[in-house]
Amino acid sequence: MADLILDAKGLNCPLPILRAKKALNSLPSGATLEVQATDPGAVMDFEAFCRTTGNELLESRMDGSTYVFLIRHTG
Amino acid sequence: MLDDHNAKSMSIIVTKGTLDWAYPPFILATTAAAMGLEVTMFFTFYGLHLLKKDLDLKVSTLGNPGMEMPMGGMHMAMPNIMAALPGASALTTTMMKNLIKKKGVASIEELRDLAVEADVRLIACQMTMDLFEIKREDMIEGLDIGGAASWVEVATKSDINLYI
Repeated sequence: MADLILDAKGLNCPLPILRAKKALNSLPSGATLEVQATDPGAVMDFEAFCRTTGNELLESRMDGSTYVFLIRHTG
Repeated sequence: MLDDHNAKSMSIIVTKGTLDWAYPPFILATTAAAMGLEVTMFFTFYGLHLLKKDLDLKVSTLGNPGMEMPMGGMHMAMPNIMAALPGASALTTTMMKNLIKKKGVASIEELRDLAVEADVRLIACQMTMDLFEIKREDMIEGLDIGGAASWVEVATKSDINLYI
């Protein structure tokens, strides 16, 4: 279970990333964030976001029609 | 923290002031800032309108045959001769704003607020302010006001420089 869940369903690029960044900032290092999104572009974008920022993408999966990303705030 | 010290930077020259063209610079600026880059936006010519307190952005299909909007499962383009008629731009603008809302796309106002919040540096072009008689008090707070040299200085130190 993630420390924080962010509902970004229905939001389009770049809002899921921007909201996720804000949510990560509110978490201590090592804590996890689950992002739920419906934007198919988010799959590649969260991979790119995590590679660039150094946050760890622990999981990227589909739950029905929702994309679920689990990110560990590392820094 | 790693994600706040990426040490990369990006500058964008923003030259266009229509609703459609306002998106690329603000989307890229806010996203790059979220990814840890230092971002500077330089607003010149029609792009300067994007810094006004009250945004009243419009879009026109005139001279833009590539613009098609989804309608009833199809895509509609407007011939130039119709796009030139009075009210055509207002109609197209309303249609696009409705689409933006329906598709969960952020408004320009929202993206601009997020850019300010993410400490994106906004530079307004002094020459354009003089040219188009745009007053400082009609623009949002927190702007730097400068000219070409201000952007060149930023650009020489930036990893990415874009002109939109």
